[in-house]
Amino acid sequence: MPLLRMERITKTFPGVVANDRIDLAVDRGEIHALLGENGSGKTTLMNALYGLHRPDSGRILLDGAEVRFSSPMDAIAAGIGMVHQHFMLVPPLTVVENIVLGLKTANAPRSPLLDLRTAAARVRELAATYGLDIDTGAQIWQLPVGAQQRVEILKALYRDADLLILDEPTAVLAPSEVRHLIGVLRGLAASGKAVIFISHKLNEVMEVADRISVLRGGRLAGTVAAAETDPAELARLMVGRDIVPPRRREGRAGDPVLRIEALRVRDDRGLRAVDVVGFSLSSGEILGIAGVDGNGQKELTEAIAGVRAIESGALDLTGLAPSRGERFRNIGHVTEDRHHTGLLMSFPLWENLALKSSDRPPFGSPLWLRVDAMRRATARAIETFSIRAQGPDSPVSALSGGNQQKLVLARELGLRPRLLLAAQPTRGLDVGATEYIHQRLLAARDEGMAILLVSTELDEVLALSDRVLVMYEGRAMGLVDAGEATRETVGMMMAGMERHEAAVQGGT
Amino acid sequence: MDVLLSVLDPDYFAATIRLATPLLFATLGGILNERAGIINIGLEGTMLMAALTGVFGAWFIGSPWLGFACGVLAGALVAWIHGFVSISLGANQIVSGTAINLLGLGLSSFLIRIVFGLKEQQRVVPHFDPVSLPLLADLPLLGPVLFHQHALVYVAFLLVPVLWVILYRTRWGLMITAVGEHPRAASSVGIDPLRVRYACTVLSGALAGAGGAFLSLGQLHFFQDEMVAGRGFIALAALIFGRWNPIGGMIACLIFGAADALQFRGQAVGLGVPHQFMLMFPYVLTLAILVVVGGKSQGPAAIGIPFRKS
Repeated sequence: MPLLRMERITKTFPGVVANDRIDLAVDRGEIHALLGENGSGKTTLMNALYGLHRPDSGRILLDGAEVRFSSPMDAIAAGIGMVHQHFMLVPPLTVVENIVLGLKTANAPRSPLLDLRTAAARVRELAATYGLDIDTGAQIWQLPVGAQQRVEILKALYRDADLLILDEPTAVLAPSEVRHLIGVLRGLAASGKAVIFISHKLNEVMEVADRISVLRGGRLAGTVAAAETDPAELARLMVGRDIVPPRRREGRAGDPVLRIEALRVRDDRGLRAVDVVGFSLSSGEILGIAGVDGNGQKELTEAIAGVRAIESGALDLTGLAPSRGERFRNIGHVTEDRHHTGLLMSFPLWENLALKSSDRPPFGSPLWLRVDAMRRATARAIETFSIRAQGPDSPVSALSGGNQQKLVLARELGLRPRLLLAAQPTRGLDVGATEYIHQRLLAARDEGMAILLVSTELDEVLALSDRVLVMYEGRAMGLVDAGEATRETVGMMMAGMERHEAAVQGGT
Repeated sequence: MDVLLSVLDPDYFAATIRLATPLLFATLGGILNERAGIINIGLEGTMLMAALTGVFGAWFIGSPWLGFACGVLAGALVAWIHGFVSISLGANQIVSGTAINLLGLGLSSFLIRIVFGLKEQQRVVPHFDPVSLPLLADLPLLGPVLFHQHALVYVAFLLVPVLWVILYRTRWGLMITAVGEHPRAASSVGIDPLRVRYACTVLSGALAGAGGAFLSLGQLHFFQDEMVAGRGFIALAALIFGRWNPIGGMIACLIFGAADALQFRGQAVGLGVPHQFMLMFPYVLTLAILVVVGGKSQGPAAIGIPFRKS
């Protein structure tokens, strides 16, 4: 008998059927992936399981007995643990304090006094059992993201979870941390626990899961065994059609628009984050910057965009325009964090679209804003970029991540910049939206735009770039032409090897 | 010079402790409130209403203790209003606190005139007298400084370790910190942030009320318009200076108490400085301390942000 059985779960919200008669069964000892694009109903289904809302119809059975949860507390009591995508940890409290938060003390339920020593001993025991290496006395804010995730898993295990739900657990992790996490999950499954792994990344679920349930448009598109499927089939189930890899025509690089020499930039803490010898970028070319997150890519992009001071070196943008003001108007910038620096979430679409150019025609004159023109332009952008929104007046926060990113792209490309800085342009987006943004970037390149593409997704960099620059600890490990760049060599350079060493090791 | 010398005298230290006491009550209340994520700049008005209610209670019931209890209750009630407006309705906490300050100012002046009449506004009511603790009060030097004080002084200083243990060594303290830092995380493990915030706000009001009632029943023995004279705000400075920790808050209150006592000394001795300047001293010190530590200390992350259940 499966540990969990969800039968014909249906949940409607005003205007949408979020879950339409979904069946899901998860066994003990199984890692079950829940795959689907954003908005396909994964979250709604898991919220029903976790007691965050009641399904309209359908049954949930644990060990064959029907359960009804009216709050997450009920779900936790029934042995379900959830690791949220945004961690639910209190930064100034320690690991063990976070783990026991809200619990009654086990050995003295009526006493308000904390017995952190006993709790810490039990946490360490759990940690040792499942290979979740952690310092129980450390405060959360001191820990890297991967360790915080381990705390979340321990929190669930401490509450005796038999079924662990992980919501997009790899979105925040570096490749080596992902491997570690997968090892931990395997261990949990081997000890008889069940794991539900929510993701939209095909390769990842192929690697980690025993079985994969794919959701599309609120319905179950199918449940397949990982051993009997391949990424192409999963993509088909997920999107409902074949996914075509972006096709890149041979480019014709034009005049250089950006030249960098011996550039040094400091990060927010005042430490040197960028120390790059030099490169240039020409119109009609995509230069991909590969590297694990946090190796200076953000600081480099911000320095080029003019929003971060440079420490020393030359940053030559004279190819863009003679005057400084004009120059920055010729730069488009898709920032890596669309929620904080890319968009004003509570503002409507049209205000976000007009944000950068509200001071000049067609959106503005020296005195007045031309609100009509802004609204019309937004309506056009909704059309051309197929942004799913109710209209120019709906707030950006009501859009899905993919549609928000399309709006950012519409704004930045709409200004017809000669240089586009695209930092993590597809982070957190589903397959469909990613595909669309890739096409747009390639089209812009073919029209002669120079694009600096920063991405931590190696596949993305390799698929789009004409040349690839690999960054490691702020330095450029080497510049590779698209034809010569392989996963192996670039991957080794991302781990800190110089180009020639990587070439030798990789055998190319 | 005389002032400096006169400082080295048990009476001065005793006065420091006595003057720090109402601040300490309010500071402890403020700490509790802010740790749970609610700013209470209404401490001033709360103290004023409690000072008044304490005087009424002591007069009509005839006991300073029951008067004090009335003051504490009044403080809790005023804070409950702040809680309702800022927690349940999710209104801006600064605006709500300011409203309470203005309300306290006007309402107390109005009520004292209505109840006691214009002529007898400053009627002296049954009040507290210093209590000598047996044996301890006979200790040389320390005895008169520490152990010949009002009973409430002992209460206030005993509350410091009590609150410290609650905040740092109990499940409740963990809950309060979690709600003040990341209410959604607290909510995800079954804590109701709204309840925790209400409890802390009402208790904070009761503590501020204790401070206000101590001012009227322990120090002045009658009610006077605007008698709290900014102590509610100084308590806010003290809790920042004390980094939201009861012990740090106590140290800050003692520093302010010492400044206040010095100011009285200066007036009594006659420094040849206009006494208005001496009166300014504790407030100038407050500003100076905030200039030095203000930017550096960081309060609870979710402070001032209303929590809504999703």
